[in-house]
Amino acid sequence: MSDDVLSEIKKDYLYHLVLKGERTSGRSFDQYREISLETDVIKKADGSALVKLGKTQVMVGVKIQPGEPYPDTPNTGVIITNAELVPLASPCFEPGPPTEYGIELARLVDRGIRESKSLDLEALCIEPGKNVWIVFIDVHILDDCGNIMDASSLGAIAALMTATVPAEQYNLGEDFPLPVRDIPVATTATEFGGVFMFDPDSDEESVADTKLTVITTSDGAICGMQKSGANAMSQDHIHRIVDISCEKGMEIREKFLDV
Amino acid sequence: MRMNGDISFLKDGFRLDGRRPDELRPIKIEVGVLSRADGSCYLEMGNNKVMAAVYGPREVHPRHLQEVTRAIVRFRYNMASFSVEERKRPGPDRRSHEVSKVSREALAPVIQTSYFPRSVIDIFVEVLQADAGTRTAGINAASVALADAGIPMKSMISACAAGKVDGQIVMDPMKLEDNFGDADMPIAMTPSGEITLLQMDGNLTIREMKEGLDVAKRGCQQIYELQKAALIERYSRMGDLERCKNAESTQGIQVI
Repeated sequence: MSDDVLSEIKKDYLYHLVLKGERTSGRSFDQYREISLETDVIKKADGSALVKLGKTQVMVGVKIQPGEPYPDTPNTGVIITNAELVPLASPCFEPGPPTEYGIELARLVDRGIRESKSLDLEALCIEPGKNVWIVFIDVHILDDCGNIMDASSLGAIAALMTATVPAEQYNLGEDFPLPVRDIPVATTATEFGGVFMFDPDSDEESVADTKLTVITTSDGAICGMQKSGANAMSQDHIHRIVDISCEKGMEIREKFLDV
Repeated sequence: MRMNGDISFLKDGFRLDGRRPDELRPIKIEVGVLSRADGSCYLEMGNNKVMAAVYGPREVHPRHLQEVTRAIVRFRYNMASFSVEERKRPGPDRRSHEVSKVSREALAPVIQTSYFPRSVIDIFVEVLQADAGTRTAGINAASVALADAGIPMKSMISACAAGKVDGQIVMDPMKLEDNFGDADMPIAMTPSGEITLLQMDGNLTIREMKEGLDVAKRGCQQIYELQKAALIERYSRMGDLERCKNAESTQGIQVI
């Protein structure tokens, strides 16, 4: 495939830049592309967000419906996260059942929300053991120009923060805002040629050896991590990425999500 | 939201959303909104929000689908889970397969497929918010995205539905009129009036059907003007910085 040839040339080009401490976009190694966040974009959803991270575009819709709880957690609401890597978003995505990449993405978004205990799931119980609110988080990638992980995660929490539980529609009392307690933010760095850079674009991703996503909470703790890509990462890099992730997480949280 | 059958759809000659019987919903068209796709279009038609992307002509996978003398055209219509009132299970169902098929057949007749043997032109439509008429919105967006991708076409395709409520033929029915009205008839056509999509469900007399076809055709003509205007708007912009930049970075890669 010609794509492979091009990526070898690109790899060479990017590698030469890396040696000089530069990126194609002129960004510094820990600099994010411009972020724009719009919420309540889909009226049919109970919460929604459109995230633009540079040219990357991700839409997240939240739907909340009553349903049965899991037998082992009869008193808590349920979170179900799903990601659609539709072929509209990239020449590399194909129609069909979710790929392992799509499943990893959905699970990571889910992990951030779940492990930060962001949603007060006890408050989403309607009748213990019988009826609870089920929160569906659906991530729809529209344009994959790199780092859909961070964009999806940002879109998910933004959509949840603006979501309303549609109780009236089901004759279950008054509508109320979805109880969100913490704001997890995911930041991803990719490693290439012995250096790492945050918020990789699609070129950087296509040549990268490996990447690390770190999800941090409001109090600066870590609630989820994932290394992805078949290559090793040094402990030194991991330490430094985690430190920067926490700072970047704070910045993004303050700028876009703090109420 | 449930309503019974005796709801009145027309009051003093105006519809529930204030439109006249032969009036379209507001339409917004944006061209070239996605970077990865070869051509793209975001379109709003009333409360419908759809995104269309075109990839190709490109290599056919799986290979056995390729045609020696022409390009094949594929069309995938997909609804986002959050696009409808009750969450839709992700992935294709029988309805989306049918919509994909008739939409492909609505567009394929104008695409100059013989220019690109052994290749594929892929059209993807994502429905982000649905409110009756998503297939016509999808076809309208796809037609603009094909033009944006530079695919040679004999003409544009425009699509619009006619419906029947309270015995009256109406243009471009919205959700309530579609759900509780008496008939829905989406069509797609070329600017010269050749019809490439025709579906109908409900109950119409032969006279009503003929009137409906005229109404839908008038809708298509208006939409065609909007599609043309959006494309001209996009491509008349001088010194398009974005494309210049892309060209530069491509050159940069070639130099190394």
